[in-house]
Amino acid sequence: MGPTERLLSAAGGALLTYYGLRKRATAGPLGTGLAVLGGSLVLRGATGYCPVNQLVGRNSASSATRPIEIVQTFTINKAVGEVYDFWRRLENLPRFMQHLESVEQLDARRSRWKAAIPGGMGTVEWEAEIVTDEPNLLLAWQSLPDSQVDNAGEVRFTEAPGDKGTEVQAVIHYRAPAGGLGQGLAKLLTPALAEMVRSDLRRFKQLLEAGEIATIQGQPSGRGHDKG
Amino acid sequence: MKALCWVGTNHLNVERVPDPEIINPQDAIVRVILSCVCGSDLHLLDGYVPTMREGDIIGHEFMGEVVETGPNVKRFRKGDRVIVGSILGCGDCWFCQQNAWSLCDNSNPHAALAEKTYGYSPAGIFGYSHAFGGYAGSHAELIRVPFADKTMIQIPEGVKDESALFVSDAFPTGFMAADMADIAPGDVVVVWGCGGVGQMAIRSAFLLGASRVIAIDRFPERLEMARTHGRAETLNYTEVDILEALKEMTGGRGPDRCIDAVGMEAHTTGPEHYYDLVKQQLRLETDRPAVLRQAILACRKGGTVSIVGVYSGYIDKVPMGAAMNKGLTLKMGQQHPQKYMPRLLEYVQRGDVDPAYILTHRWPLDKGPEGYQMFKKKTDECIRVVFAP
Ligand SMILES: NC(=O)c1ccc[n+]([C@@H]2O[C@H](COP(=O)([O-])OP(=O)(O)OC[C@H]3O[C@@H](n4cnc5c(N)ncnc54)[C@H](O)[C@@H]3O)[C@@H](O)[C@H]2O)c1
Ligand SMILES: [Zn+2]
Ligand SMILES: [Zn+2]
Repeated sequence: MGPTERLLSAAGGALLTYYGLRKRATAGPLGTGLAVLGGSLVLRGATGYCPVNQLVGRNSASSATRPIEIVQTFTINKAVGEVYDFWRRLENLPRFMQHLESVEQLDARRSRWKAAIPGGMGTVEWEAEIVTDEPNLLLAWQSLPDSQVDNAGEVRFTEAPGDKGTEVQAVIHYRAPAGGLGQGLAKLLTPALAEMVRSDLRRFKQLLEAGEIATIQGQPSGRGHDKG
Repeated sequence: MKALCWVGTNHLNVERVPDPEIINPQDAIVRVILSCVCGSDLHLLDGYVPTMREGDIIGHEFMGEVVETGPNVKRFRKGDRVIVGSILGCGDCWFCQQNAWSLCDNSNPHAALAEKTYGYSPAGIFGYSHAFGGYAGSHAELIRVPFADKTMIQIPEGVKDESALFVSDAFPTGFMAADMADIAPGDVVVVWGCGGVGQMAIRSAFLLGASRVIAIDRFPERLEMARTHGRAETLNYTEVDILEALKEMTGGRGPDRCIDAVGMEAHTTGPEHYYDLVKQQLRLETDRPAVLRQAILACRKGGTVSIVGVYSGYIDKVPMGAAMNKGLTLKMGQQHPQKYMPRLLEYVQRGDVDPAYILTHRWPLDKGPEGYQMFKKKTDECIRVVFAP
C-alpha cells in the first residue's frame, strides 16, 4: 500500500466514520456499526496494512478473491428516456450522489470526478470513462487505471410494467480478499456500501419525480437547528 | 420562536427554538393560527411510537397564514389563510398520482428507517417521529410546510378558523374511515371511539348514505356529542356487552360496516385489558387491539372493517378465523389529506358540517403540557384542545 492509497484509505475511513456518526443520532445500532467500521478503515490507513485493497478489483495478483455484488433497485415514475438522459448527463450525478462534488465531461467517453473528503480534509479527483453506453438500457463506467480512486458503476434502465415508470438498477461489483479478515471486513462493509448506494438512488428518484430531495436538515427543534 | 417539544415519555415542554426557514424550493413558511391535539399524539406521548428524539416539536393538525414561499410554490402568496394537511405528499410519485398520498414515496427524509420496520416507507408526517420523517410539528408560532402547493388549501372568505382547522386531520380521517367502509344506502355503521376522529366518522357515514350509526365509547360527554351532533345511537362499552347489544340492535344480522377510530391504545375492562397491557409493557406486543378484535367479531358476514385508529407494531390474538370465514373485507391506512380536503372544505363552506363543535378548549401554547394532560386523561370534558400561539 503506497502513501497515496494510505491517505485515501484514511479518507474513506473518515467518510464512513463521518457517515456513521451522522447516522448514529437517528439510526441507533446501525450508525454505531458504521462508525466502528469507519474507525477500522482509518486504522488501516494509518498503518498501511490493507486487507481490502482488492475490494475494487486491483492488486489482485496474489491470492484468490471472492466476488461480491451489491444490487439496489428503485422504480421511478418517469419515462425511460428521461431517466436515462438525466443520468447520462454525468454533471447531474453530484445532485444526488451525496459525496460527489462535481463531474465534468471531458469528451464523449471521459469525465473528471471530484469528491469532497468529509470534515474539511480537502477533495480527491479522478478520471473515469464510460465503458458501455446503450441508450435507455445500460450505462457503465470505470475510473481510469492510474487514477487515485477506484470507482466503477453500472446502471440498467427497464420500463416497469403497468405504467409505473422505469426500473433503475445499480450494480456494483467488487472483490474481497479470501481469508477470515478480508471476508469479515467485506461482510461489514457490504451493508454500509449498499446503504450508501441505496440512499443515492433514492435521492435520484426524489429529484426526478418530486423535483427536490426531502430533508429536515436546517429545520428548528429543541436541539437547535437539525442536522438531518 | 416558541414551540411545544417532546422531551421524553409523558414529558412535554414549551421551549424557545430557532425560527424555521425555507429549505427546499417547494417549501412555505406558515404562521400558525390554530394547532390541535390529536389522539395520534397520545401514542407519542405514551412512548409507543419509537424514534422520537428529545426536542422534537409535535403537532400536525393546524391552519394558519402564509408568511413566505419558496421559488417553486405557485399557488400561494404571503397573507393567504390556509389549512395544512397533516401528512405530506410530493404529488408526482405513482402513489400520489393514485390519490394515495399517505403512501407517498418521496416525502419521508428518513425512508430508510421506516423501511426497516415496514418493508416500504410511508409518507412523512408533521411532528410524528423520525421514522415518519422527523418534520417539525405545528405546536409552534411558525412552521415550515414542504410541498406547499400540494399540502395546503386556501380557506375561503367567510369560513371561520375553528371550522376550517379540522379539515386538516380529524375530518378527513373520519371521512376516509367511512369512505373505506364502502357504505351502501341503508347500511348500519358502527364507530368505535368518539374522539374527534370518531365524531367526524359518524358525520361522514351519514354523508355517505348510512341509515343508522351506532357509536361506542365510555365517556358520557363524548357519547352525548355523538347523539346531539352526530344523530348516532350510542353504547357505553363499560355498561353493556357490546357484541350482544350490536346483534340485538341489528335484527340479529350484525352491523354492515365497522369502523375502528380508537387504535393501539384501546381500553378494555377485565382480564383482556391486563393481558394486553402486560404484553405491551413487556414489548411482547406493541399495540393493544381490543377494538379491532371486537369489530371483527361484531361485523356481519361479508361486511367491512375499516381501520383509521393507528397501530404501530405488532398485535396479538386477532380473530383471523372469524375474519376469514365470515368473508370480511379489512381496509386501513393513514388518511390522504390532499384527496379529501377540497371536498370536505366544501361541506364546511356550505354549512353541511361545521366541525368546530369538537373544539372544547382553546388555550395559549404556553399551556401545551397541561393541555395534553387534560386531553390524555379526558378531564374537564375535553374532546379537542386547540392551541393559539
Ligand atoms: N389514520 C389517520 O390518518 C389518523 C389521523 C388522526 C388520528 N388517527 C387515530 O385515530 C384514533 C382516534 O383519534 P382521536 O383524536 O379521536 O383520539 P381520542 O383519544 O380523542 O379518542 C379515542 C377514543 O377512543 C375511546 N376508546 C378507548 N377504548 C375504547 C373501546 N374499547 N371501545 C370504544 N371506544 C374506546 C376513548 O374513550 C376515546 O374517547 C387514534 O388512534 C389516532 O391515532 C388516525
Ligand atoms: Zn392526527
Ligand atoms: Zn408522492
